[in-house]
Amino acid sequence: MSSDAMAIPSAGTAARPWVEVVHEWVTTVDHKRLGILYIVYALAFLVVGGIEATIIRIQLIRPHNDFVSPQVFNRMFTMHGTTMIFFVAMPVLFGFANYLVPLMIGARDMAFPRLNAFSFWLTAFGGILLYFSFLGGSGLYGAGNAPDVGWWAYAPLAAKAFSPGHSSDYWTIALLVSGFGSVGTAINLIATILCMRCPGMTLNRMPLLAWLNLVMSGMVLIVITPLTAAQIMLLVDRYLGGHFFDTQAGGSATIWMHFFWIFGHPEVYVLIIPCFAFMSEIIPVFSRKPIFGYPVMVGATVCIAFVSLSVWAHHMFTIGMNSYANSFFTITTMVVGVPTGIKIFNWLGTMWGGRIQFKTPMLFSIGFLFQFLIAGLTGIMLASAPFDWQLSLSYFVVAHFHYVIVGGILFALFAAFYYWYPKITGRMLSETLGKFHFWLFLIGFHVTFDVMHIPGLLGMPRRIYTYEPRPGWETLNLIVTIGAFIQGIAILIFVTNLVLSYFKGAKAGNDPWDAWTLEWSVSSPPPPYNFASIPVVASRRPLWDLKHPEDPDSRYE
Amino acid sequence: MSAVTTPFPERSLEWNLPYRGKVGMVGLIVAESAIFTIFVVAYLFYLGKSLSGPTPREVLETPIFFTVCLLSSSLTIHLACKELQRGHRISFRILWSITIVLGALFLFGTAREWHRLIYERGLTISTNLFGTTYYSLVGLHATHVTAGLIMLGIVLLFSLADRVGMEQSARIETLSMYWHFVDAVWVVVFTVVYLIGR
Amino acid sequence: MRRTEQTRRLVSKAAGIAVLLGGGLLAGSLCFGASQNPSQVPSIFDPHSTPAESIYQLSHFVLLITGLIFAVVFTLLTYVVVKYRKRPCDADREPTQVYGSTQIELAWTVIPILIVVVLFLATARVIHSIQDAQKPASALEVVAIGHQFWWEFRYPRLGIITANELHVLVSDPAQPTPTFLTLLSADTDHSFWVPQLAGKTDLIPNRVNHMWMDPYQTGVFLGQCAQYCGTQHAKMLLRVYVESSGEFDAWVHAQQQPAVRDEDVSAGRRVFETTSCINCHAIGGSVADGRFGPDLTHLMSRHTIASGAAENTKANLRLWVQTPDAIKPGSLMPAMQLSNPDLDALVDYLVTLR
Repeated sequence: MSSDAMAIPSAGTAARPWVEVVHEWVTTVDHKRLGILYIVYALAFLVVGGIEATIIRIQLIRPHNDFVSPQVFNRMFTMHGTTMIFFVAMPVLFGFANYLVPLMIGARDMAFPRLNAFSFWLTAFGGILLYFSFLGGSGLYGAGNAPDVGWWAYAPLAAKAFSPGHSSDYWTIALLVSGFGSVGTAINLIATILCMRCPGMTLNRMPLLAWLNLVMSGMVLIVITPLTAAQIMLLVDRYLGGHFFDTQAGGSATIWMHFFWIFGHPEVYVLIIPCFAFMSEIIPVFSRKPIFGYPVMVGATVCIAFVSLSVWAHHMFTIGMNSYANSFFTITTMVVGVPTGIKIFNWLGTMWGGRIQFKTPMLFSIGFLFQFLIAGLTGIMLASAPFDWQLSLSYFVVAHFHYVIVGGILFALFAAFYYWYPKITGRMLSETLGKFHFWLFLIGFHVTFDVMHIPGLLGMPRRIYTYEPRPGWETLNLIVTIGAFIQGIAILIFVTNLVLSYFKGAKAGNDPWDAWTLEWSVSSPPPPYNFASIPVVASRRPLWDLKHPEDPDSRYE
Repeated sequence: MSAVTTPFPERSLEWNLPYRGKVGMVGLIVAESAIFTIFVVAYLFYLGKSLSGPTPREVLETPIFFTVCLLSSSLTIHLACKELQRGHRISFRILWSITIVLGALFLFGTAREWHRLIYERGLTISTNLFGTTYYSLVGLHATHVTAGLIMLGIVLLFSLADRVGMEQSARIETLSMYWHFVDAVWVVVFTVVYLIGR
Repeated sequence: MRRTEQTRRLVSKAAGIAVLLGGGLLAGSLCFGASQNPSQVPSIFDPHSTPAESIYQLSHFVLLITGLIFAVVFTLLTYVVVKYRKRPCDADREPTQVYGSTQIELAWTVIPILIVVVLFLATARVIHSIQDAQKPASALEVVAIGHQFWWEFRYPRLGIITANELHVLVSDPAQPTPTFLTLLSADTDHSFWVPQLAGKTDLIPNRVNHMWMDPYQTGVFLGQCAQYCGTQHAKMLLRVYVESSGEFDAWVHAQQQPAVRDEDVSAGRRVFETTSCINCHAIGGSVADGRFGPDLTHLMSRHTIASGAAENTKANLRLWVQTPDAIKPGSLMPAMQLSNPDLDALVDYLVTLR
C-alpha cells in the first residue's frame, strides 16, 4: 500500500550546494513543489499587503494626519487591494489546490505539469512587475510610480488623460500576465479532476475539495477573462488612441464598470469556494462525522457559481441604472445568499451529533462560520439597493468585504495551514502558538472590523486619505487602527510558528488527524510520486472504509 | 493513526476517463470565448454611438471569399485528422498544408481590407468608436488565427520530418479543435460586424 | 482543560457580541447625542428628507430580518459547539455517521427563499418610490457638475452659477418644494452623498443622472464625494444649506447680482484680470469667464473655500492663491507665483466679492 514507500536513495544526507537546490525548485514541475512555491509566494505578499494596510491605518488614526501624502496614500490602498486579491488570495488558493488535488484523487501529478510550472511563473512575474512600479514607474509631473487608481481602475480615471505616466500600465499588465497564469492553472485543475481520478473514484465519490476546485476553476475560465478583455481594451485606449472608455469621444465610463464587475463579483466567489472546500474537509474530521448532505453541498456550489454570474451590478447601484435594473440585481444578489446559507447549515449539520475536537484547525473553522454568517448578513443589507445607496462607497462596505476576506477566507486559510502543514512538511505546527495566534487574531479582527462598520453608517466614505473631525469618526478610526496592530502581532506569531515548527515540530506521521481522504494514506511529506500504486476506492472516505471494515461507507452510498 | 496494512480494494472495474488534452483544450476554448464575448458586447454596445467619422455601412465590404477560405479550412483540417487516424501520412500532410494555405489566405484578406480601410477610407483604431471596436475585435480574431497558423506550421514541419503518425492522432485532433474554434469565432464576428452592424 | 477551552470560546463570542452591541450603542448615542447639533454628524440614521427617510425605514426592516437570522444561526452554532464537544469519556468511539436528510435540506432551502421574497418586495417598493418619483412643477431644479475636486452648481431657471455650497429651499410636506438635481461630470466619476438628505448618486462623464431631496428642516447638512476621483477625492466636501423661503429668496437675489465693483480694490481687480486667473475662473460682469474652476462672482457668500477644505478667510484665501498645496496638495489650482504686493491687492479684491 502507498505508505510502504519505495526506498529512494536519500538525496539529503550530504549538504548539497545551494545552487543545486535553487535550480531544482526553479525548474520543478512537481505539483507539490509548485504548490509550496505558490503558498510561500502568497505569504510573502501577505506581509507586504499587511504593511500597506498598516500604513493606511496609521494615516487614518486621526483627522488631518500627515503620516503620508495623499499621493502615497492613494497608491497604498490601490496596491493593498490589488496585492491581496491577485498576489495573496489567488496564489495561495491555487497553491493548496495544486498540492492537494492530485493527492486527494489518487493521481501522481496534475494533468499538465509543465503548464503548471509556467502558470506559476506567470503569476509570480505579474506580482514582481506590479511592485517594480515603485522603482521603475516614471511619468509626468510626478504622476508615475505605483498605480493609484484603486484596484478597480475605473474609467476615465485610468485613462491617459487622468493617469499620465506608466503607473496604471503596471497595474494593467501585471494583472493581464498573472491572469493568464490563473487561467492556465484552472485548465490544469479541470483536466486533472476530470481525467486523472483513480479507479473507483466517480464524481460522486470525489472529495468535496476536488469538486469545489473544479467549480472554481470553471468559474475562473469565464470570470478572469472579462478582466483580461477589459484590460486589453484599456491598453488600446492608452497606447493606440482607442476610445473604448473615452467619454469625450462618446465612449462609456459605465461599460468599464460592467466589464470589471462581471469579473469582480464572481471573483470573490472564486476566492471563497476553495475556502468552502477547506471547511468541508476540516469540519467533518474534527466533528468525527461525514459531511452532512454531500450532494447538496455540490449542488449549492454549482448554484452559487451560476447565480454569482448574474449579480455584478450590485456594485453599481449608485451609477443611476433604472429601477428595473436595480430591482433585478437586488433579487439576484439576495438569491445567491440562499445556497450560501445552505452550506452554513450543512456545516452545522455536520457538527451536530459529532464529537468536536477543538484543535487549532477547528477553532479557525468555527471562527469562519461565525464571521461568514455575519458577512453574509451585511451582504444582504448591501443587496437591498436603497440601503446600498447609503452604505456603498463607505466604510460599511470596506468592513463588509474585509469581514468576508479576512474573517472568512483568511480564517479558512489558517485552518487549512494548521490542518495540512503536517502533510506538507512532516511536522506538526505548535498547538500552543496556534491557539495564541487564533485568539489574538480573533480579538484584533473583531476590534477592527466590527467597529469599522460604524464610520460608514456615520457618513465616512472610503478611499479618503484624511477626514474632517466629525464626532465619532476620530475615536472609531483609532480603535480600528489598534485592532490592525493586534492582527499584525498575531500574524507574526503565525509566521514564527510556521518557521519554528519546520525545525522543531513534532513528527506528524501519515495521518495525525485520523482523517479519511487519500492524502492521509501516504507519508508526510509524500514521496515525489505520491502513490507507490494507484489506489482503488469504493466510497467517499476510503480511509474510513479501511479503518472501519465492519462499517464501511461503501455500504451506504 | 497507524499505518494501514490491508490493501485497497482490487482493481476490477472498467475505468475510462476522458483524454486530458481534449479537456484542456475545451477549457482554453471556454476561456477564449469569454474574452471574445466581451469584445463582441463592446462592439454591439457602441454601434451607432460614434460621434464622427466613417460608419460601418460607408466603409465595410463583406469579405465573402476570404470567409469561405477560412470556413473551408475547417473542412480540410477535419479531413486531415481523419486521414491521420487511418494512418495515411501523405494525404494528411497534403490536407494539412491546404488548411494552412487557406488560413494564410484569410489573413492576407484581412490585411488587405485593413490597408484599404486605413489608406483609402481613413478609418484607424483611433478614428472613432467604430474604428476602435472594429480593429480590436477583428484584430483579436486575426491574432488567434496567426497563433493557430504558427501551431499548424510547427505540426507541418514535424510531419515533413515524418514524425506525425497515427499515434499522434489524439494530439492533432486536439489542435484541430482550436482551429475549429477560431473558425466558429469568425462566424460570430462576421455576423456581428458585417451583417448586424451594417 | 477542555472546559476552559469551551468557556474561553463562549467568552470570546460574547465579547464579540458585546463589541458589536457596544459599537451599535456608541453609534446610536452619537446619532442622538448629536441631535444637539444635528448637522455635524452625517449619519444615515438621521434622515431629514424623504429619500433618506424611506431608506431609513427600509433599513429597520432589513436589520430586523438579518438580526433574527443571526440570532437563530448563532444560537445553533453555540449550542452545537457546547453540546457536541468531545468529552474525555468518549475515548475513541466515533459518533453515529449521518450523511444527510432531505427534509432538513428542503426546510432550510424553502425558508430562506421565502425570506428573500419578502425582503425583495419591501426593497422593490422603496426603489420605485425613490427612483420613479415624478418631478412636480414646484421643484427647484439644480444641475450639479462634478469636477476634480470641486462641485459646480447651476440653477438654470434662476440664472445662477455657484460652487461647493448648495442652497435649497426647505420643503413643507403639505406643499412640497423638493429639489431635483441633474448630475453631470466634467472629468471623471464622482458621487454626491449627503447622508441625511438622500442616498448617493454618481456623477459620471457622458451620462446624465438624476436625484431628488425634500429636506423638511432648515439647517446645514454635510456630505462629500464618495467615488474615488483622484488625489484630492478626500477633500471634495459638500455642504447643503436648507433655507426657509425668505432666506432662500434673499440668497437667490444676491447671487443674481453682478459682481460687486469696488473702486478701492481696482488694483487687485487688475491683477486678477491680467493674470491667468481668468482662464479658469469667472466673475460675472467682468472679462473673466473661465469655467474650469469655481465661479467667483459671489465668492464671499460661501463659508468655505477649496470645496470645504478651508474656512473662507482672508488668510486662507491668500494661502490658497499662493500655495494651494498647503491646503489641498494635488488639487488642480496652480500656485500663482504672485509677488507679495500683487497678492495682497488680489486678496483685497477677492474679499469684496460678496
